Amino acid sequence: MKPLLSGNKKNSITRETSFKGLGNTGDRIFSNLTLLFSIIMIVLLLALIIILSIDAFPAIRKFGVSFFTSQSWNQVQESYGALPAIFGTLLSSFIGLLIAVPISIGAAIFLTELAPGWLREPIAFLTEILAAIPSVIIGLWGLFVLVPFIRSPVESWLGSNLGFLPLFQGPPFGVGFLSAGIILAIMTIPIITSLSREAIRAVPDNQREAMLSLGATRWETIRRAVLPYSRSGLVGATILGLGRALGETMAVTMVIGNSYNLTASLFSPGVTIASKIASEFNEASSELLVSSLMALALVLFIITLLVNIVARYLVRRMTATSTTKR
Amino acid sequence: MQDSNYTSRKWTNRIMLGLSGTAAGLVVVVLALILSYTLVNGISYLNLDFLTQVAKPVGESGGGMRNEILGTLILIALGSLFALPIGLMTGMYLSDFAGPRMARFVRFVADVLSGVPSIVVGVFAYAIIVRPMHSYSAFSAGVALAIIMIPVVARTTEESLRLVPHAVREAALALGISRWRMMLGVVVPGAFTGIITGIMLAIARIAGETAPLIFTALGNAFGVQGLFKPIGALPLQIYRYATSPYQEENQQAWAGAFLLVLLILIISILVRWMSKRKYHG
Repeated sequence: MKPLLSGNKKNSITRETSFKGLGNTGDRIFSNLTLLFSIIMIVLLLALIIILSIDAFPAIRKFGVSFFTSQSWNQVQESYGALPAIFGTLLSSFIGLLIAVPISIGAAIFLTELAPGWLREPIAFLTEILAAIPSVIIGLWGLFVLVPFIRSPVESWLGSNLGFLPLFQGPPFGVGFLSAGIILAIMTIPIITSLSREAIRAVPDNQREAMLSLGATRWETIRRAVLPYSRSGLVGATILGLGRALGETMAVTMVIGNSYNLTASLFSPGVTIASKIASEFNEASSELLVSSLMALALVLFIITLLVNIVARYLVRRMTATSTTKR
Repeated sequence: MQDSNYTSRKWTNRIMLGLSGTAAGLVVVVLALILSYTLVNGISYLNLDFLTQVAKPVGESGGGMRNEILGTLILIALGSLFALPIGLMTGMYLSDFAGPRMARFVRFVADVLSGVPSIVVGVFAYAIIVRPMHSYSAFSAGVALAIIMIPVVARTTEESLRLVPHAVREAALALGISRWRMMLGVVVPGAFTGIITGIMLAIARIAGETAPLIFTALGNAFGVQGLFKPIGALPLQIYRYATSPYQEENQQAWAGAFLLVLLILIISILVRWMSKRKYHG
């Protein structure tokens, strides 16, 4: 994901000495050819938005606003509402980030501020490998290793000791929001860590030196100088992780239990937009059901789009300020 | 008073720094747990039959994933075939031909496209190819994987081309060759390692993609039957077998996972090794 972070400034150097207009026929053809292929990419994205909207339209027209407020997903009565899926998507991602953010920022601090030089690159490389492991394999591991462990001891212990909280009520199934949240944490930690690392690395050394020279401890330096300075980068990293978590499909589908209901309990099986589409789209026979699933896909697309745009803006602003202040 | 304050600051310092080290350690431990389970479980169920046999019906032991392994290789090739021209040319457009405003827009589109959840890409490929053709197909799965690959290839190509120093471009132009000859003859070879690295990263990403294959490739019990017929894929079969109630199939899922992880580890290590030798001019 590194390319996303680099500033656009470098391009201007190329521009100054570009020979636009002076090129011969070969140049014009080649230049237009590169433009043509870029346009294909743009058309793909536009087509994606248009097709999803068209296919989602029948469901949206039929159900209107109640598509977003209804809890039912009934194939006999042909009534579909997205609320449990939207809620499940947000809840599982929220749990995931709650676990992932402190670990990621902690690891990023360790990698930039504390770790000896020889340890930094190997750990950073291992984080990259964690990011490269396919979702379906994390899901396989989650299903056979994590879920039994969550069922007991984790959920049975929480249930018998903290069962008075609505969060920890219900039978310990193992599959459910808690497992999904942990899986999402594992899958978002690499990206949040590496982007946080970039953000912390962009803090100029004189900020640290100023704090240290006033007699601050290393933690106080991090707490009062480094973290505030890199705040927008860290928030951007977190939101980009959120974008990843919202759209994550396979691993979540395998451990969340796929039950279409609204619940406050972390033990309860649930559903996300992505898992609903993954598990039902192939068997969808009625046109209205297909359209409702398409509408779910559209909702997911719009949510992740907004989240990604906000994140990119924050990350870019961070790298922009750090280069001007240096 | 002064003294106790100092002690508490010192302890806060130690505890917080210790916690950040623990966080880094935790990441490594989680990775080790996932890798070790996959590798240990996988290798114990992996055998020659797994690589050379086709899937047996439920209840019979033995059998393998030959068709799915072949299917995954075909899908990777198809995805690359569709994605590479678009990705590479877009990368060149961004680095050398686009005006600043157009470059910003195309880059934005690439970023948006790379943020689209893969399940949504699958739904899209279903809507534009599977539905009008009335058949699940290797072709539609290739298109879905290509859509995921394009922005990755485009952005890494752009970055690599930018690493080639401007002086090299000027030197080539000063010899009187045209810009497109300069690009293909001088700049692209200079950035070659970086571009290949980007392509390999993209392949590593699509090799394990499952969500977009569920309603495009579908899987095929009869092996590879052609471009416009359903096709099996390793990640898809891992998903089916992992969620199956039969123990033999669960075991095959682990063996498949072993192969997939091995492939991705090899690519990651190669990429690491290659990116140390990127153009530094």
